Amino acid sequence: MAKVSKRKNVCKKKLKKGFEVTQKSAAVKPHVVYDDCEEEEVLNEADENITSEEEEDDNDERKRQKLLEAISALGGKRKKKLGERSEAAVQMSEFTVNAEGEGDKIDLSDLIGTMDNNSSVPAKTKKQLKNLQQTKKTIECPLSKQESERILRDVTFQKAATEVSRWKGIIRQNQRAEQLVFPLNQEPSGPKPIERVVTSWRAQTPLEQEIFALLSANKQPINDPILTPAEEASLRAMSLEDAKIRRAELQKARALQSYYEAKSRRERKIKSKKYHKVHNKAKRKEFLKQFDEMVKTDPAAALEELNKMELARMQERMSLKHQNSGKWAKSKAIMAKYDEAARKAMQQQLEVNKDLTQKLVISVNNEEEEEEEEEASHAQLMPDFVNDAEQGLDSSNPWMRGKLSEDPTEKKMSDIVDPVAAGAGVVGNIAEEEEDEEEVEDTEEEALLREFDSRRKLRHAQKTDTVPVICVDNEEETVEENKAAAEDLNASDKEEEELSEFTSLFKGIAEAENIEAAADASHMDTSAQLEEGLMRIRTLEDVELLSEKSATDKVPVQPQPPPATENLPSATQKAGKNKKRKRGIELQEALTREAKVIQIPLALTVEDTEDSDEKLDQRGLIKEAFAGDDVISDFLKDKRKAEDAGEPKVVDLTLPGWGEWGGTGLKPSRNKRRRFRTKTTPPPPRKDQHLPSVIISEKKNSSISLHQVNSLPFPFENHAQFENTIRSPMGRTWNTERTVKKITRPKVVTQLGAIIEPMAQEELMKDKKLVSAGNKSSVDSWKRKH
Amino acid sequence: QEPREEEKDGNKVGKDEGRTESALQQEQHTKLKPRKRKQEEAGSDGKEFISGKSDPFPGPAPIPEDRVQKFKRKEKTKMPRPKHRKLRDMIVRSDEASEMAQKQAARLDLLLPEDAGFLEGDEDEDTCTISQEDIADAVDITSGAKYFNLKLSQFGPYRLDYSKTGRHLLLGGRRGHVACIDWQSKQLMCEINVMESVNDVKWLHSETMYAVAQKKWLHIYDSNGIELHCIRKFNDVLRMQFLPYHFLLATASATSFLQYLDVSVGKEVAAICTKTGRLDVMCQNPHNAIIHLGHPNGTVTLWSPNQKEALVKMLCHQGGVRSVAVDKTGTYMVTSGMDKKVKVYDIRTFKPLKSYFLPAGASCLSLSHRGLLSAATGDIVQVYKDVWSTPVTKPYMAHRVRGTVWGLHYCPFEDVLGVGHGDGFTSMLVPGAGEPNFDALDANPYRSAKQRQEWEVKALLEKIQPELISLNPNELGQVDHTTFQQRHQDRVQALGFDPLAKDRFTPKYKKKGRSSAGNIERRKKQVAHEDQRDIIRQTVEDKMKMEKERQEKEKKKAELSGQKSALDRFKK
Repeated sequence: MAKVSKRKNVCKKKLKKGFEVTQKSAAVKPHVVYDDCEEEEVLNEADENITSEEEEDDNDERKRQKLLEAISALGGKRKKKLGERSEAAVQMSEFTVNAEGEGDKIDLSDLIGTMDNNSSVPAKTKKQLKNLQQTKKTIECPLSKQESERILRDVTFQKAATEVSRWKGIIRQNQRAEQLVFPLNQEPSGPKPIERVVTSWRAQTPLEQEIFALLSANKQPINDPILTPAEEASLRAMSLEDAKIRRAELQKARALQSYYEAKSRRERKIKSKKYHKVHNKAKRKEFLKQFDEMVKTDPAAALEELNKMELARMQERMSLKHQNSGKWAKSKAIMAKYDEAARKAMQQQLEVNKDLTQKLVISVNNEEEEEEEEEASHAQLMPDFVNDAEQGLDSSNPWMRGKLSEDPTEKKMSDIVDPVAAGAGVVGNIAEEEEDEEEVEDTEEEALLREFDSRRKLRHAQKTDTVPVICVDNEEETVEENKAAAEDLNASDKEEEELSEFTSLFKGIAEAENIEAAADASHMDTSAQLEEGLMRIRTLEDVELLSEKSATDKVPVQPQPPPATENLPSATQKAGKNKKRKRGIELQEALTREAKVIQIPLALTVEDTEDSDEKLDQRGLIKEAFAGDDVISDFLKDKRKAEDAGEPKVVDLTLPGWGEWGGTGLKPSRNKRRRFRTKTTPPPPRKDQHLPSVIISEKKNSSISLHQVNSLPFPFENHAQFENTIRSPMGRTWNTERTVKKITRPKVVTQLGAIIEPMAQEELMKDKKLVSAGNKSSVDSWKRKH
Repeated sequence: QEPREEEKDGNKVGKDEGRTESALQQEQHTKLKPRKRKQEEAGSDGKEFISGKSDPFPGPAPIPEDRVQKFKRKEKTKMPRPKHRKLRDMIVRSDEASEMAQKQAARLDLLLPEDAGFLEGDEDEDTCTISQEDIADAVDITSGAKYFNLKLSQFGPYRLDYSKTGRHLLLGGRRGHVACIDWQSKQLMCEINVMESVNDVKWLHSETMYAVAQKKWLHIYDSNGIELHCIRKFNDVLRMQFLPYHFLLATASATSFLQYLDVSVGKEVAAICTKTGRLDVMCQNPHNAIIHLGHPNGTVTLWSPNQKEALVKMLCHQGGVRSVAVDKTGTYMVTSGMDKKVKVYDIRTFKPLKSYFLPAGASCLSLSHRGLLSAATGDIVQVYKDVWSTPVTKPYMAHRVRGTVWGLHYCPFEDVLGVGHGDGFTSMLVPGAGEPNFDALDANPYRSAKQRQEWEVKALLEKIQPELISLNPNELGQVDHTTFQQRHQDRVQALGFDPLAKDRFTPKYKKKGRSSAGNIERRKKQVAHEDQRDIIRQTVEDKMKMEKERQEKEKKKAELSGQKSALDRFKK
């Protein structure tokens, strides 16, 4: 033992030495050093045993080597210095043995060099190896452990997820099921139908087996009415459901195709913008050409065309189409500052507008002139009736129906309204037209109108004067036209003034007329009809009146009072009275409604005497005598009281002295009172508002609200749903036994003593089939059960 | 609706043609229905079963439509389909359950075969001229024995009451005579004289106890005539009504108090001062347990124990009200007044239906289970049929009793009318008055003592609390809207948002830049008006409907009036 301990000590010493010398490197791998020293020690022992004499020399040599090694190890990298074999010696360290070419890279050729010579290796392999030799690619280093593990985890998770998600359907089905009976798939107890028993029967004896083998070999039906496999196959080939599905698919495909076709057809028809531009231009040109021709050949048709153009012009003027006021134009207007194209586009728009709204006077006048020349032979004068309203132009307008009583000057003239002139008339001022519309029979108005007419004639004469000038000189024409326009403007201004005057006058007349009409009973209804449009409902009372009128709608004996303003207050008062009285009357009516008289075959012998209540009876008799006098009024009073109690009350919250002076005799200001006075919201309409002889209490029954449900249970979204589900009772008192059992079925039923095993894989397969068959069948079966 | 015990009621006079009609109807239904069902069966069951002939009448037997209608509970309201699947399942299931309940009840209605008969006279013979003796001779012995007179002239005019099952009769004479009789076997149970004037008598929940309103206090006796209680809280009672499902005895007193006594615990539930003077006209609505009181100022008021003021006050007569009666279904109310009129009201809408003038007026009214009205004028008792549906010109039956009629009461489940008058008691035969089919679990005329005890326990367990009495008995099944709104408001305030609000539409996230902000906004805009559109559609539909109704009404009015108004010429 002492030896061992001693050796240990030595070892420690050496270790120490090593530490001292190689502080860092040794610290990194101490066990290596330890190993070394042990081995060395073993060696040392051997040396001690074998050679004791040469111990001294040898020791020196070794120490020196060691020292060298240690120094070399100081350099950082631990390079093994190859020892050189210089001489043959008995004591040779095996650690210094080296192979030739050590440290060089191994080549593939080194490994398979022998293959070329070897004929047993197949050519294919050789080729492959050669290819391998030629490729310079290095093999990618394998993934790290973590990464590969992660991938593995991913894959396994996905696998597990798919596995688990297969159960999803059946689990959901079970969750949604009305009732679950565990264990899940058990045979229903009770008698089975004979068919099921027969079909589940199996051949058992050898004879039976043989017979069935024969039958099945010949593909014969085993159970009597069952079809042969061939027939079954033919049936299965196209079951009804399959056929339906197939047909639906085909239908869908066809529909899609037709949609697509229609779409493409539509798209094919769409032409480009440019095309349309060019096309339109061409059209316009063509049209102009045609029009020119038409003017020569068929002036009437040309005029019609002209009218059409005029109409288009009017429409254009009315609309905002090319006025640069749309969305697009606004966006362009913003851009116009910087963008040449935008400016141009806007300009174009305006030009279009200009084009379209330009008057076609020249051509018209030309035409007119021509026609005038023609007509000059027939009739020397243009009829000045042109601006008269056309007969039957607008029959619905009452003003249009009336005709101006004939002017003494016009009496001579022919009554024929020239269509040409009419066309020209359309060109004429719109203001004039308006005037035309307001023709009334009254003489004063007629005088006014005549004045207008004469002025118009004058103007027309002027126009006709200007026309020839225009055709002589174009430049002059424009000037003239401007002049005419200015004149027109002035004239129209004047006319407008006159018009306003006129309308006010007319209104006065109309009112007077109404008053007259009010007196006249026969005219009453029509005037009322007319008034409805005119009259504004001004006061609250009026509103009441109106509503009453519409509500009762009973044809009153006396006509409604005329709604002239002076008459109003009295009328409303009257109506109010009527209303009040009516209610009373109604009640009375309800009470004394025609009662069926019933005859009794037996005559009364004993008088209806109530011994004890004789006094009461007396009172009753009196009441009977004066029946209906106070009973009804009392009741009405009661009802009024109840109604008043239910009406919203004004709450006055004003505090005197706040924000102003307070004290005796000082009232808070009106402003303040108004601000602090709050009116509660009016209650919903009373339940008895249409029942004159009933007072229904509006008090809420608070005792029952304690028992009512006052919050919606979870899945319900509104009251109606909840109230619907609890609308029929569940108890035995109101339902049959079967219904009660059905309604109060428990959600889960477990059989006593039965083992509930986890669901097997087969269940899943079975369920899949069921699910594919559709939920419909399950619903059906559920329905069939009941 | 459960299979009930059926026993033949022998007292039905006349032919029943209803049966044959219903049979015919059934046949028609069977003719119409099978084809459809056959197809269904062939689709599902035909594959499973391979043997034998197909069932010529597959599926369950058809149920006549009218019978199904009879068991309808409440109209199903139409609603949009809910989004929540769980809720959808729930609603579908409840709908199916209620439908099934209705159908099953209709199917088992077949087990109630008894039909009410009616008196039919020969040609030119008025049914009201047929005397009671003739009827009693014509019918079988047991029914004939139900016509009898009790001559009790000593203790003055009699009030009477039949027990709920119709077996027991309680008589209370004005001068203190009280007797209870098993009237079918004519067995006297007890007979006492309370030595006080008796205003009214009433059976309590069973035939073991009855209440007597005496001169001063209200007394309760058992069937042996032993006084059980003298209730000093109830004084000067004139009329009484017993609400069987609430175990409440409602009394109306001369001091204008309406009081409710819970007889199961012996407590006064409510005492209401009606402030309308002496209350001597009273009846109950069996449908909703509301008490109707008649007043000398011609009004009828409706009361519940939960409200200190009248629920409804309706002016019925110009003179005082003499008698009020409400039918079993709670639909019609019949009143008679000092103005010698008898009026029929629809008590659900409070609107008058019919008005009759009786030459002498009617002092007492009573309605039978089947809706026959009996009215007493002086000493004559008249019975009317179908007072509310068809205008009646003459009585169905009439009978003269020996004194002034003081009390009238139909016997439940029997064709018998009990008349209490100045000279005793008369039991009249009125064919077609009683409900022929009784619910043995509710009121069984043939029950034994043991069954009665059982029933008593059950009835006590199912006792309805007086707080639940309201004008509309279905109110309990409705959500308390005002409280709900209040609570919801509080909740919204606490949470800071509305938890019940519909979450707004959030478009799905789409890839490839299609979920740009603009695109999302556009998609939102597409559905933004959907809700609004629904509302608008609804309102427009409502408006159209209203307009149509109005037009129809106007048209009807115009037709009725016959003459053209001046404005008609402007109509298109």
